[in-house]
Amino acid sequence: MTALAAVADERVDLQALYAESSIGETLDQLDRELVGLVPVKTRIREIAALLLVERARRSVGLEAEPPPLHMSFTGNPGTGKTTVARRMAEILHRLGYIRRNHVVSVTRDDLVGQYIGHTAPKTKDVLKKAMGGVLFIDEAYYLYRPENERDYGQEAIEILLQVMEDNRDDLVVILAGYKDRMDTFFKSNPGMASRIAHHIDFPDYAADELFRIAELMVATMNYRFDAEAMMALRDYIVRRMEQPRFANARSIRNALDRARLRQANRLFAERGQLLDRTALQTITAADIRASRVFSP
Amino acid sequence: MHLTQGQFSFLPDLTDAEIKKQIEYALAQDWAVAIEFTDDPHPRNTYWSMWGTPMFDLKDPAGILMEVKACRAAQGDKYVKVLAFDSHRGFESLRMSFLVNRPKNEPGFELLRSEGPGRKVQYALRSYATGKPAGSRYG
Repeated sequence: MTALAAVADERVDLQALYAESSIGETLDQLDRELVGLVPVKTRIREIAALLLVERARRSVGLEAEPPPLHMSFTGNPGTGKTTVARRMAEILHRLGYIRRNHVVSVTRDDLVGQYIGHTAPKTKDVLKKAMGGVLFIDEAYYLYRPENERDYGQEAIEILLQVMEDNRDDLVVILAGYKDRMDTFFKSNPGMASRIAHHIDFPDYAADELFRIAELMVATMNYRFDAEAMMALRDYIVRRMEQPRFANARSIRNALDRARLRQANRLFAERGQLLDRTALQTITAADIRASRVFSP
Repeated sequence: MHLTQGQFSFLPDLTDAEIKKQIEYALAQDWAVAIEFTDDPHPRNTYWSMWGTPMFDLKDPAGILMEVKACRAAQGDKYVKVLAFDSHRGFESLRMSFLVNRPKNEPGFELLRSEGPGRKVQYALRSYATGKPAGSRYG
Protein backbone atom coordinates (compact mmCIF):
# COMPACT_ATOMS: atom_id res chain seq x y z
CA MET A 1 0.00 0.00 0.00
CA THR A 2 2.72 2.42 0.97
CA ALA A 3 4.70 1.48 -2.13
CA LEU A 4 1.66 2.19 -4.26
CA ALA A 5 1.16 5.53 -2.60
CA ALA A 6 4.79 6.38 -3.21
CA VAL A 7 4.41 5.55 -6.88
CA ALA A 8 1.26 7.61 -7.10
CA ASP A 9 3.12 10.51 -5.55
CA GLU A 10 6.01 10.40 -7.96
CA ARG A 11 6.11 13.24 -10.42
CA VAL A 12 7.90 13.10 -13.71
CA ASP A 13 9.32 16.20 -15.26
CA LEU A 14 8.83 15.72 -19.01
CA GLN A 15 10.60 18.97 -19.69
CA ALA A 16 13.68 17.72 -17.86
CA LEU A 17 13.58 14.43 -19.74
CA TYR A 18 13.22 16.35 -22.98
CA ALA A 19 16.20 18.54 -22.20
CA GLU A 20 18.28 15.60 -21.02
CA SER A 21 17.73 13.60 -24.20
CA SER A 22 18.83 16.64 -26.29
CA ILE A 23 16.15 15.54 -28.69
CA GLY A 24 15.05 19.15 -29.16
CA GLU A 25 18.40 19.93 -30.72
CA THR A 26 18.01 17.09 -33.22
CA LEU A 27 14.48 18.15 -34.10
CA ASP A 28 15.58 21.74 -34.58
CA GLN A 29 18.41 20.58 -36.78
CA LEU A 30 15.87 18.59 -38.75
CA ASP A 31 13.78 21.74 -39.20
CA ARG A 32 16.78 23.76 -40.28
CA GLU A 33 18.35 21.31 -42.66
CA LEU A 34 15.30 19.71 -44.20
CA VAL A 35 13.14 22.06 -46.17
CA GLY A 36 9.41 21.42 -46.37
CA LEU A 37 8.31 17.82 -45.63
CA VAL A 38 5.71 18.98 -43.12
CA PRO A 39 3.86 15.64 -42.76
CA VAL A 40 7.16 13.86 -42.22
CA LYS A 41 8.31 16.26 -39.54
CA THR A 42 4.94 16.09 -37.80
CA ARG A 43 5.13 12.32 -37.67
CA ILE A 44 8.68 12.40 -36.35
CA ARG A 45 7.62 14.80 -33.61
CA GLU A 46 4.75 12.49 -32.72
CA ILE A 47 7.09 9.50 -32.50
CA ALA A 48 9.54 11.51 -30.41
CA ALA A 49 6.71 12.49 -28.03
CA LEU A 50 5.57 8.89 -27.80
CA LEU A 51 9.03 7.65 -26.92
CA LEU A 52 9.57 10.42 -24.40
CA VAL A 53 6.29 9.66 -22.64
CA GLU A 54 7.13 5.97 -22.79
CA ARG A 55 10.37 6.74 -21.00
CA ALA A 56 8.56 8.80 -18.37
CA ARG A 57 6.08 5.95 -17.86
CA ARG A 58 8.90 3.48 -17.40
CA SER A 59 10.55 5.73 -14.82
CA VAL A 60 7.47 5.44 -12.59
CA GLY A 61 7.16 1.72 -13.15
CA LEU A 62 4.45 1.62 -15.80
CA GLU A 63 6.05 -1.07 -17.92
CA ALA A 64 4.77 -1.78 -21.39
CA GLU A 65 6.11 -3.51 -24.45
CA PRO A 66 8.26 -1.06 -26.40
CA PRO A 67 6.16 0.32 -29.25
CA PRO A 68 7.08 -1.23 -32.62
CA LEU A 69 8.67 1.42 -34.79
CA HIS A 70 9.13 -0.24 -38.15
CA MET A 71 8.40 2.32 -40.83
CA SER A 72 7.73 2.68 -44.49
CA PHE A 73 8.81 5.80 -46.38
CA THR A 74 7.07 6.35 -49.66
CA GLY A 75 7.60 9.16 -52.10
CA ASN A 76 9.01 10.20 -55.44
CA PRO A 77 12.74 10.15 -56.11
CA GLY A 78 14.75 12.85 -54.39
CA THR A 79 12.22 13.67 -51.69
CA GLY A 80 14.64 12.95 -48.85
CA LYS A 81 13.75 9.41 -47.79
CA THR A 82 17.33 8.29 -47.18
CA THR A 83 18.27 11.53 -45.45
CA VAL A 84 15.34 11.22 -43.06
CA ALA A 85 16.15 7.56 -42.39
CA ARG A 86 19.61 8.60 -41.24
CA ARG A 87 18.11 11.28 -39.02
CA MET A 88 15.64 8.76 -37.67
CA ALA A 89 18.51 6.63 -36.36
CA GLU A 90 19.89 9.65 -34.53
CA ILE A 91 16.52 10.56 -33.06
CA LEU A 92 15.73 7.02 -31.94
CA HIS A 93 19.19 6.71 -30.49
CA ARG A 94 18.87 9.90 -28.47
CA LEU A 95 15.55 8.70 -27.14
CA GLY A 96 17.18 5.45 -26.10
CA TYR A 97 15.00 3.32 -28.35
CA ILE A 98 17.94 1.86 -30.28
CA ARG A 99 21.33 1.16 -28.80
CA ARG A 100 23.53 2.71 -31.43
CA ASN A 101 23.29 5.44 -33.96
CA HIS A 102 23.87 3.50 -37.12
CA VAL A 103 22.00 2.86 -40.34
CA VAL A 104 22.69 -0.13 -42.52
CA SER A 105 21.41 0.77 -45.95
CA VAL A 106 20.68 -2.14 -48.29
CA THR A 107 18.86 -3.02 -51.49
CA ARG A 108 17.61 -6.29 -52.94
CA ASP A 109 21.12 -7.35 -54.00
CA ASP A 110 22.36 -7.35 -50.41
CA LEU A 111 19.53 -9.53 -49.14
CA VAL A 112 18.66 -11.98 -51.89
CA GLY A 113 21.05 -14.73 -52.96
CA GLN A 114 21.67 -16.21 -56.35
CA TYR A 115 21.09 -19.88 -55.70
CA ILE A 116 19.18 -22.13 -53.33
CA GLY A 117 20.39 -21.79 -49.75
CA HIS A 118 22.25 -18.55 -50.43
CA THR A 119 19.51 -16.15 -49.40
CA ALA A 120 19.00 -17.06 -45.74
CA PRO A 121 22.63 -16.61 -44.62
CA LYS A 122 22.94 -13.45 -46.70
CA THR A 123 19.82 -11.88 -45.20
CA LYS A 124 20.82 -12.95 -41.71
CA ASP A 125 24.28 -11.43 -42.14
CA VAL A 126 22.73 -8.10 -43.04
CA LEU A 127 20.29 -8.31 -40.15
CA LYS A 128 23.07 -9.09 -37.68
CA LYS A 129 25.05 -6.15 -38.96
CA ALA A 130 22.06 -3.86 -38.48
CA MET A 131 21.25 -5.10 -34.96
CA GLY A 132 20.98 -2.35 -32.42
CA GLY A 133 20.35 0.25 -35.12
CA VAL A 134 18.27 0.93 -38.21
CA LEU A 135 18.02 -1.28 -41.27
CA PHE A 136 17.08 0.81 -44.29
CA ILE A 137 15.83 -1.17 -47.29
CA ASP A 138 15.70 1.01 -50.37
CA GLU A 139 13.27 0.08 -53.14
CA ALA A 140 11.90 -2.69 -51.00
CA TYR A 141 9.33 -3.77 -53.61
CA TYR A 142 12.08 -5.42 -55.64
CA LEU A 143 12.23 -8.05 -52.90
CA TYR A 144 8.97 -9.44 -54.16
CA ARG A 145 8.79 -10.52 -57.79
CA PRO A 146 5.37 -12.06 -58.41
CA GLU A 147 6.19 -12.88 -62.03
CA ASN A 148 8.80 -15.42 -60.94
CA GLU A 149 7.42 -17.89 -58.43
CA ARG A 150 10.87 -19.35 -57.78
CA ASP A 151 12.32 -15.99 -56.88
CA TYR A 152 14.33 -16.05 -53.66
CA GLY A 153 13.01 -12.64 -52.60
CA GLN A 154 10.10 -14.26 -50.79
CA GLU A 155 12.57 -16.12 -48.58
CA ALA A 156 14.30 -12.87 -47.65
CA ILE A 157 10.92 -11.32 -46.80
CA GLU A 158 10.04 -14.23 -44.52
CA ILE A 159 13.32 -14.03 -42.61
CA LEU A 160 12.90 -10.29 -42.36
CA LEU A 161 9.38 -10.66 -40.95
CA GLN A 162 10.54 -13.16 -38.39
CA VAL A 163 13.35 -10.95 -37.13
CA MET A 164 11.09 -7.87 -37.15
CA GLU A 165 8.81 -9.79 -34.82
CA ASP A 166 11.36 -11.59 -32.59
CA ASN A 167 13.97 -8.86 -32.23
CA ARG A 168 11.64 -5.94 -31.95
CA ASP A 169 13.79 -4.11 -29.43
CA ASP A 170 17.03 -4.78 -31.30
CA LEU A 171 16.18 -3.45 -34.71
CA VAL A 172 14.12 -0.84 -36.53
CA VAL A 173 13.37 -1.65 -40.16
CA ILE A 174 12.61 1.18 -42.58
CA LEU A 175 11.34 0.31 -46.06
CA ALA A 176 11.46 2.94 -48.74
CA GLY A 177 10.30 3.28 -52.31
CA TYR A 178 7.94 4.88 -54.78
CA LYS A 179 4.40 5.19 -53.54
CA ASP A 180 2.43 3.16 -56.08
CA ARG A 181 4.89 0.27 -56.18
CA MET A 182 5.12 0.12 -52.40
CA ASP A 183 1.33 -0.06 -52.26
CA THR A 184 1.32 -3.10 -54.53
CA PHE A 185 4.14 -4.59 -52.49
CA PHE A 186 2.17 -4.25 -49.26
CA LYS A 187 -0.97 -5.55 -50.92
CA SER A 188 0.79 -8.75 -51.90
CA ASN A 189 2.58 -9.04 -48.54
CA PRO A 190 -0.08 -8.36 -45.92
CA GLY A 191 2.23 -9.73 -43.22
CA MET A 192 4.71 -7.00 -43.96
CA ALA A 193 2.06 -4.27 -44.08
CA SER A 194 0.64 -5.27 -40.70
CA ARG A 195 4.04 -5.24 -39.00
CA ILE A 196 4.79 -1.71 -40.05
CA ALA A 197 3.33 0.81 -37.70
CA HIS A 198 4.23 4.01 -39.46
CA HIS A 199 3.54 4.67 -43.11
CA ILE A 200 5.02 8.05 -43.95
CA ASP A 201 4.45 9.68 -47.30
CA PHE A 202 7.00 12.17 -48.60
CA PRO A 203 5.35 14.93 -50.66
CA ASP A 204 6.99 16.49 -53.70
CA TYR A 205 8.73 19.81 -53.15
CA ALA A 206 7.31 23.12 -54.36
CA ALA A 207 9.49 25.44 -56.44
CA ASP A 208 10.41 27.76 -53.58
CA GLU A 209 11.27 24.81 -51.35
CA LEU A 210 13.60 23.53 -54.04
CA PHE A 211 15.20 26.95 -54.18
CA ARG A 212 15.84 26.91 -50.44
CA ILE A 213 17.29 23.41 -50.79
CA ALA A 214 19.62 24.70 -53.47
CA GLU A 215 20.72 27.52 -51.18
CA LEU A 216 21.48 25.05 -48.39
CA MET A 217 23.39 22.83 -50.78
CA VAL A 218 25.65 25.57 -52.14
CA ALA A 219 26.28 26.82 -48.62
CA THR A 220 27.52 23.37 -47.54
CA MET A 221 29.70 23.19 -50.66
CA ASN A 222 31.19 26.63 -49.87
CA TYR A 223 29.84 28.29 -52.97
CA ARG A 224 27.51 31.24 -53.32
CA PHE A 225 25.19 32.65 -55.95
CA ASP A 226 25.34 36.24 -57.05
CA ALA A 227 22.02 38.08 -57.34
CA GLU A 228 21.51 37.32 -61.02
CA ALA A 229 22.37 33.68 -60.50
CA MET A 230 19.59 33.44 -57.95
CA MET A 231 17.10 34.76 -60.50
CA ALA A 232 18.44 32.32 -63.04
CA LEU A 233 18.16 29.46 -60.59
CA ARG A 234 14.54 30.24 -59.80
CA ASP A 235 13.89 30.28 -63.52
CA TYR A 236 15.78 27.03 -63.91
CA ILE A 237 13.83 25.23 -61.19
CA VAL A 238 10.46 26.17 -62.68
CA ARG A 239 11.53 24.96 -66.12
CA ARG A 240 13.18 21.81 -64.83
CA MET A 241 10.08 20.78 -62.87
CA GLU A 242 8.10 20.60 -66.09
CA GLN A 243 10.58 18.33 -67.78
CA PRO A 244 10.52 14.54 -67.69
CA ARG A 245 12.59 12.57 -65.17
CA PHE A 246 12.46 15.32 -62.62
CA ALA A 247 13.79 13.94 -59.32
CA ASN A 248 13.16 16.75 -56.84
CA ALA A 249 16.21 17.56 -54.70
CA ARG A 250 18.37 15.12 -56.60
CA SER A 251 17.83 17.03 -59.84
CA ILE A 252 18.76 20.21 -58.05
CA ARG A 253 21.95 18.63 -56.75
CA ASN A 254 22.86 17.48 -60.25
CA ALA A 255 22.14 20.93 -61.64
CA LEU A 256 24.42 22.47 -59.05
CA ASP A 257 27.15 19.97 -59.83
CA ARG A 258 26.94 20.90 -63.49
CA ALA A 259 26.98 24.60 -62.59
CA ARG A 260 30.19 23.96 -60.64
CA LEU A 261 31.65 22.31 -63.69
CA ARG A 262 30.77 25.29 -65.88
CA GLN A 263 32.11 27.71 -63.30
CA ALA A 264 35.40 25.85 -63.21
CA ASN A 265 35.57 25.84 -67.00
CA ARG A 266 34.82 29.54 -67.15
CA LEU A 267 37.54 30.34 -64.64
CA PHE A 268 39.96 28.10 -66.48
CA ALA A 269 39.20 29.76 -69.81
CA GLU A 270 39.97 33.17 -68.28
CA ARG A 271 43.22 32.00 -66.71
CA GLY A 272 46.10 34.44 -66.73
CA GLN A 273 44.50 36.77 -64.23
CA LEU A 274 44.65 36.27 -60.51
CA LEU A 275 41.51 34.96 -58.82
CA ASP A 276 40.35 36.07 -55.44
CA ARG A 277 38.32 34.11 -52.94
CA THR A 278 35.02 35.56 -54.16
CA ALA A 279 35.69 34.61 -57.75
CA LEU A 280 36.44 31.04 -56.73
CA GLN A 281 33.26 30.94 -54.70
CA THR A 282 30.73 32.61 -56.92
CA ILE A 283 28.43 30.89 -59.35
CA THR A 284 27.14 33.43 -61.85
CA ALA A 285 23.96 33.51 -63.89
CA ALA A 286 25.92 32.45 -66.98
CA ASP A 287 26.88 29.20 -65.29
CA ILE A 288 23.25 28.36 -64.78
CA ARG A 289 21.79 29.76 -67.98
CA ALA A 290 24.07 27.54 -70.04
CA SER A 291 21.95 24.55 -69.02
CA ARG A 292 20.09 22.61 -71.71
CA VAL A 293 16.89 23.43 -69.83
CA PHE A 294 17.08 26.96 -71.24
CA SER A 295 17.70 25.86 -74.80
CA PRO A 296 14.50 26.21 -76.79
CA MET B 1 31.56 -33.46 -13.54
CA HIS B 2 31.03 -29.79 -14.20
CA LEU B 3 33.80 -28.66 -16.56
CA THR B 4 35.34 -25.31 -15.70
CA GLN B 5 37.46 -23.51 -18.22
CA GLY B 6 38.37 -19.95 -19.18
CA GLN B 7 36.91 -16.82 -17.65
CA PHE B 8 34.15 -16.93 -15.02
CA SER B 9 34.90 -20.61 -14.44
CA PHE B 10 34.17 -20.28 -10.73
CA LEU B 11 30.77 -18.72 -11.33
CA PRO B 12 27.56 -20.50 -12.25
CA ASP B 13 26.93 -20.68 -16.00
CA LEU B 14 26.21 -17.26 -17.48
CA THR B 15 22.69 -16.41 -18.55
CA ASP B 16 22.05 -15.01 -22.02
CA ALA B 17 21.69 -11.51 -20.59
CA GLU B 18 25.07 -11.85 -18.88
CA ILE B 19 26.66 -13.23 -22.04
CA LYS B 20 25.28 -10.25 -23.92
CA LYS B 21 26.87 -7.87 -21.45
CA GLN B 22 30.25 -9.57 -21.76
CA ILE B 23 30.04 -9.37 -25.55
CA GLU B 24 29.06 -5.73 -25.27
CA TYR B 25 32.21 -5.12 -23.23
CA ALA B 26 34.39 -6.92 -25.79
CA LEU B 27 32.88 -4.89 -28.64
CA ALA B 28 33.37 -1.67 -26.73
CA GLN B 29 37.09 -2.55 -26.47
CA ASP B 30 37.17 -3.01 -30.24
CA TRP B 31 37.82 -6.73 -30.02
CA ALA B 32 36.52 -9.21 -32.58
CA VAL B 33 34.19 -11.83 -31.15
CA ALA B 34 34.20 -15.44 -32.35
CA ILE B 35 32.38 -18.63 -31.44
CA GLU B 36 33.97 -22.09 -31.27
CA PHE B 37 32.76 -25.55 -30.27
CA THR B 38 34.24 -28.93 -29.50
CA ASP B 39 33.38 -32.35 -28.09
CA ASP B 40 36.81 -32.91 -26.58
CA PRO B 41 36.87 -31.26 -23.16
CA HIS B 42 40.56 -31.83 -22.40
CA PRO B 43 42.07 -28.58 -21.06
CA ARG B 44 45.01 -28.87 -23.46
CA ASN B 45 42.71 -29.21 -26.47
CA THR B 46 43.30 -25.96 -28.32
CA TYR B 47 41.82 -27.14 -31.60
CA TRP B 48 38.19 -26.20 -31.29
CA SER B 49 36.06 -25.96 -34.43
CA MET B 50 35.10 -22.46 -35.53
CA TRP B 51 31.43 -21.58 -35.77
CA GLY B 52 31.71 -19.35 -38.83
CA THR B 53 34.38 -16.72 -39.08
CA PRO B 54 35.16 -14.25 -36.30
CA MET B 55 32.55 -11.51 -36.47
CA PHE B 56 34.76 -8.56 -37.33
CA ASP B 57 31.91 -6.60 -38.88
CA LEU B 58 29.33 -6.78 -36.11
CA LYS B 59 28.96 -3.80 -33.82
CA ASP B 60 26.11 -4.92 -31.61
CA PRO B 61 25.85 -7.85 -29.17
CA ALA B 62 22.35 -8.82 -30.38
CA GLY B 63 23.73 -10.09 -33.68
CA ILE B 64 26.42 -12.15 -31.95
CA LEU B 65 23.95 -13.56 -29.46
CA MET B 66 21.89 -14.72 -32.42
CA GLU B 67 24.93 -16.71 -33.59
CA VAL B 68 25.51 -18.11 -30.10
CA LYS B 69 21.94 -19.37 -30.11
CA ALA B 70 22.29 -20.78 -33.61
CA CYS B 71 25.47 -22.61 -32.59
CA ARG B 72 23.77 -23.99 -29.49
CA ALA B 73 20.84 -25.20 -31.57
CA ALA B 74 23.14 -27.00 -34.00
CA GLN B 75 25.80 -28.18 -31.52
CA GLY B 76 23.70 -28.46 -28.38
CA ASP B 77 25.52 -31.49 -26.99
CA LYS B 78 28.98 -29.97 -27.28
CA TYR B 79 31.00 -27.35 -25.49
CA VAL B 80 30.62 -23.89 -27.00
CA LYS B 81 32.77 -20.92 -26.07
CA VAL B 82 32.82 -17.23 -26.94
CA LEU B 83 36.20 -15.66 -27.66
CA ALA B 84 37.30 -12.07 -28.07
CA PHE B 85 40.42 -11.33 -30.05
CA ASP B 86 42.35 -8.12 -29.53
CA SER B 87 44.16 -7.09 -32.70
CA HIS B 88 45.89 -4.08 -31.20
CA ARG B 89 49.64 -3.99 -31.50
CA GLY B 90 51.29 -5.52 -28.50
CA PHE B 91 48.37 -7.79 -27.64
CA GLU B 92 47.42 -9.54 -30.86
CA SER B 93 45.92 -12.40 -28.94
CA LEU B 94 42.78 -13.59 -27.20
CA ARG B 95 41.59 -11.38 -24.38
CA MET B 96 38.42 -13.23 -23.44
CA SER B 97 37.24 -16.81 -23.57
CA PHE B 98 34.30 -18.31 -21.70
CA LEU B 99 31.96 -21.28 -22.02
CA VAL B 100 28.39 -20.60 -23.10
CA ASN B 101 27.15 -24.16 -23.57
CA ARG B 102 27.94 -27.60 -22.22
CA PRO B 103 26.56 -31.11 -22.86
CA LYS B 104 23.89 -32.46 -20.51
CA ASN B 105 26.05 -35.30 -19.23
CA GLU B 106 29.67 -34.56 -18.59
CA PRO B 107 31.34 -37.84 -17.68
CA GLY B 108 34.52 -36.26 -16.33
CA PHE B 109 38.15 -37.37 -16.49
CA GLU B 110 40.10 -40.52 -15.81
CA LEU B 111 43.58 -40.38 -14.30
CA LEU B 112 45.92 -42.69 -16.23
CA ARG B 113 49.15 -43.95 -14.67
CA SER B 114 51.86 -45.62 -16.67
CA GLU B 115 54.83 -47.13 -14.94
CA GLY B 116 58.18 -46.66 -16.63
CA PRO B 117 61.68 -47.89 -15.90
CA GLY B 118 62.78 -47.46 -12.26
CA ARG B 119 59.15 -47.43 -11.06
CA LYS B 120 58.78 -43.91 -12.50
CA VAL B 121 55.10 -43.11 -12.81
CA GLN B 122 53.75 -40.86 -15.52
CA TYR B 123 50.28 -39.41 -15.18
CA ALA B 124 47.84 -38.45 -17.88
CA LEU B 125 44.29 -37.09 -17.91
CA ARG B 126 41.80 -38.55 -20.29
CA SER B 127 38.18 -37.58 -20.69
CA TYR B 128 35.78 -40.50 -20.50
CA ALA B 129 33.88 -38.84 -23.32
CA THR B 130 36.77 -39.15 -25.79
CA GLY B 131 36.70 -42.94 -25.43
CA LYS B 132 33.83 -42.91 -27.88
CA PRO B 133 34.18 -41.76 -31.47
CA ALA B 134 33.43 -38.14 -32.33
CA GLY B 135 29.74 -37.52 -32.81
CA SER B 136 28.60 -40.05 -30.18
CA ARG B 137 30.46 -38.80 -27.14
CA TYR B 138 27.59 -37.28 -25.22
CA GLY B 139 24.06 -38.50 -24.64
